[in-house]
Amino acid sequence: MNPSPAASLRLEAKGIAKHYGHLTALQAVDLCIDPGDFIVVLGRNGAGKTTLLRLLATIIHPSEGSLWFDGTPLAQCPASLKSRFGFVGHESFLYDELTVRENLLFYARLYGLADGARAVATQLEALELSARAGDLVRNLSRGLRQRVAIARALLHQPSLLLLDEPATGLDAPSRERLHDLLRRLHREGRTILFSSHDVAQGLALATRVVLLERGRIAFDGRNTPEAQAAVAAQLGSGGV
Amino acid sequence: MATVAATGWSALGRVSFAIAAKDFLSERRTKEVFNAMLVFGFMVAVIFSFAFEPTSEEAQRIAGGLVWLVFIFAGILGLNRSFARETLNECLQGLRLGPVGPGAIYLGKLLSNFAFMFVAELILLPFFGMFFDVHFWREPAWMIAILVLGTWGFTALGTIFSAVSANTRMRELMLPLLLLPLSVPLLIAAVQATTTVLRGLPMSDASLWIKLLIGFDVMFTTLAWLVFEPVLEQ
Amino acid sequence: MNRRNYHRLSLILFCAALVMVLWAWYAVFLQVPTERTMGVVQRIFYLHLSSAFVSFLAFFVVFISSVAYLLTRKAEWDWAAATAAEIGIIFIAAVLISGPLWAKPAWGIWWTWDARLTTTLVLFLIYLAYLLLRYYTLEAGRQARLAAIFGIIGFVDVPLVYMANRWWRTQHPQPVILGGSESGLDPRMWYGLLVTFVAMLTVGALVFLQRYRLEESRHAVNELRRAVGQLE
Repeated sequence: MNPSPAASLRLEAKGIAKHYGHLTALQAVDLCIDPGDFIVVLGRNGAGKTTLLRLLATIIHPSEGSLWFDGTPLAQCPASLKSRFGFVGHESFLYDELTVRENLLFYARLYGLADGARAVATQLEALELSARAGDLVRNLSRGLRQRVAIARALLHQPSLLLLDEPATGLDAPSRERLHDLLRRLHREGRTILFSSHDVAQGLALATRVVLLERGRIAFDGRNTPEAQAAVAAQLGSGGV
Repeated sequence: MATVAATGWSALGRVSFAIAAKDFLSERRTKEVFNAMLVFGFMVAVIFSFAFEPTSEEAQRIAGGLVWLVFIFAGILGLNRSFARETLNECLQGLRLGPVGPGAIYLGKLLSNFAFMFVAELILLPFFGMFFDVHFWREPAWMIAILVLGTWGFTALGTIFSAVSANTRMRELMLPLLLLPLSVPLLIAAVQATTTVLRGLPMSDASLWIKLLIGFDVMFTTLAWLVFEPVLEQ
Repeated sequence: MNRRNYHRLSLILFCAALVMVLWAWYAVFLQVPTERTMGVVQRIFYLHLSSAFVSFLAFFVVFISSVAYLLTRKAEWDWAAATAAEIGIIFIAAVLISGPLWAKPAWGIWWTWDARLTTTLVLFLIYLAYLLLRYYTLEAGRQARLAAIFGIIGFVDVPLVYMANRWWRTQHPQPVILGGSESGLDPRMWYGLLVTFVAMLTVGALVFLQRYRLEESRHAVNELRRAVGQLE
C-alpha cells in the first residue's frame, strides 16, 4: 500500500556518550543499523532508551562520539538527510488545535513534498485514519494520536523509522494493529528500530535485539532463543 | 514521493511561510494570542487614562511614549502565548525533524509573531487616539512605517528570547527580563518618531530615529538568525 | 591550570593589587590636586571612571567568551563568561553608587538621565538579566548555550543604547554630569586616573582568577561524581 521507500540508509553510532551534568545517560555506545534491520531496544526504566532514540533521530547532540549516515559524519551531511528517516517519540509533535489532515498537510509542506495532498491521503488510508481526518487532534484517543504520529513520520517515505516505546498507553487491539503495521513496513523494505519496555512483545517482533543497561549496550545480536534467554537473565537478575 | 529541493532560499521561504501559515490557521481557530493582546492592551490603555489626566497638555506630550508601552506589554503577552503552542507536545522538536535549518523556524515564528502584534496595534491605535485625543493619522504612511519598523525589531528579539525563556525554570516570566533592557534603543526611537508625528512636526526631524529603527531591525534579525540554532538544541 | 601555577599567579596578582590599590589611594588623596569647582568630593571620579572602564571590559570578555563558546563548545569559555559577568556587575554597581554620591554634593541632584549614566544603568540591567538567566536555567550545557546567546546579543545592543540616548539628549538636554572628565584634565589628574584604573584592573583580574578557579573546581567535582556514578 505504501510506495517503496527512499534509498536505504545505514546509520552508525560511534563512541556515543551523553551526559547531563554529573548524570551519564549513555556511555560508550557503538551501534550499527544496517538497511533491512528490525531492531528492538530493550532495557529497564532509566537505562537510556529514550536518550538513545532521540540521539539517533538527531534531536539530541551527543556529549562524546558521533553519528555516521552512509559513511558520512552528521556534520557533513546535507539537510536532505532528514528526509530519509522518520521519528515517533513519546510526544506526538502534533498541534492539538489543528485537525489530523491539517497537521499532516503542514508536515508535508515542511518536508517539501511535491504532492503533499496525495501523500497525506495515502497515509490516511494506510493507517485507517480517513474517517477521522477532520477531527481535532485534541479530541483523539491516545491510540489514534499515535497512529497520526506514525502517519506524520511516514509522510516523506523514509527508509529508516525510529520509534520510542510506540506501544505505551495502547490497549491490546491497538497494540496488535501497531505490530502488524511495523511488520508490514519492514516487509516493504524499511529499516525499523523501536524501543520497548515489554520484553515479550519486543522479542516477538524484532529480528535483532539490543539491550541497554545503565547507559551501556549489554547485548547486541540476532533474535535467537539463546539471545532471548541471555536478555531475560540479564533483566531478571536485577529485578525490573 | 519526490521531495522538492531541500536547500537554499526557496526551501527557507517555503518552510517559514508554512510555519507562519500554520500559526495563522491555529490562531483563526483558537484566537488565543489576539484575545490576550487586544484585551490586555485595551485595559492598559484605559488604566493609563486614569493614571495620567488624558486630555491635559502633559498627556499630549507623553502619549507617544504611552502608546508604545501599551504595545510592548501586549506584545510580550502575545509572544509568550505564541511560543507556548510550540512547547506543547514538543512540536518544536517536530519542526527540527524537517530537512531545513533552524533559521527557517526562526523566520517562520517571527513572521507570525510580527503579523499578530502589528494587526493588534492597528486595532488598538484608534482607541488610544480617542482616549488621549491625539491624532496618529496626520502622517499615515509614516505612522505605518514606524509601526512596522518598531514592531519588527521587537518581535525579532522577542521571538528568539521567548524560545530562550521557555527553556528556563522561570519560563514566561524570563521573557520581559531579557527583552526589555535590550529593547531600549528601539523604544526610544519608536517613541520619538511617534511623538514627532503626534506633534505635527516635520518628519525630517524623525529621520535619525527611522534610521536607527532600520539599523536595529536589520542587525538584530540577522544576529538572532545566526544564533538561533543553539536555542533549539537539547 | 595546575595548582602550583594557580597559587603562584594568585599571589602575584594579590601583591600587585595590594601595591596598586595603596598607590592609588596615595595618588588620589595626596598627590592629585583638588579640583577647583567641586572640591574634595571630586576625587570619587577616579574610582567612578576606572570602575566604568573595567566593567565595560568585563562585558567585552563576556561577549568574546560567548562567541568562542558557541564556536568551540569548550567549557572553559563558558566559565570565563560566567566569571566576567559577575565581576562586571560588581564594578557596574560601583559606578552606579559612586555616581550619585558624587553628583549630589557637586551638582545638587542625585541622578540625571544623560547618555552615559543611562547607558550604564541599562548595562546593569542587561548584566542582571544575564545572571538571572544563568541562575534559572538548570542543566549546565543548556545554561552555557542560552547565556552565550544572550551575552552576544546583549553586547551588540549596548552601543545602540548609548547612541539612542545620546541623540535623544541632544534633543532634550539634561544637566551633563562628568563633563569635567572630558574637558582638559590636569596631567596630574591623568596620572591619578591611570593609577586607579590599573589598580581596579588588577583587583578585577585577581577576583576573576579566583572565581574562574571555582568554576573549574565545580566542573572537576561533576566529573568525579559522574565517574563514581558509573562505577556503581
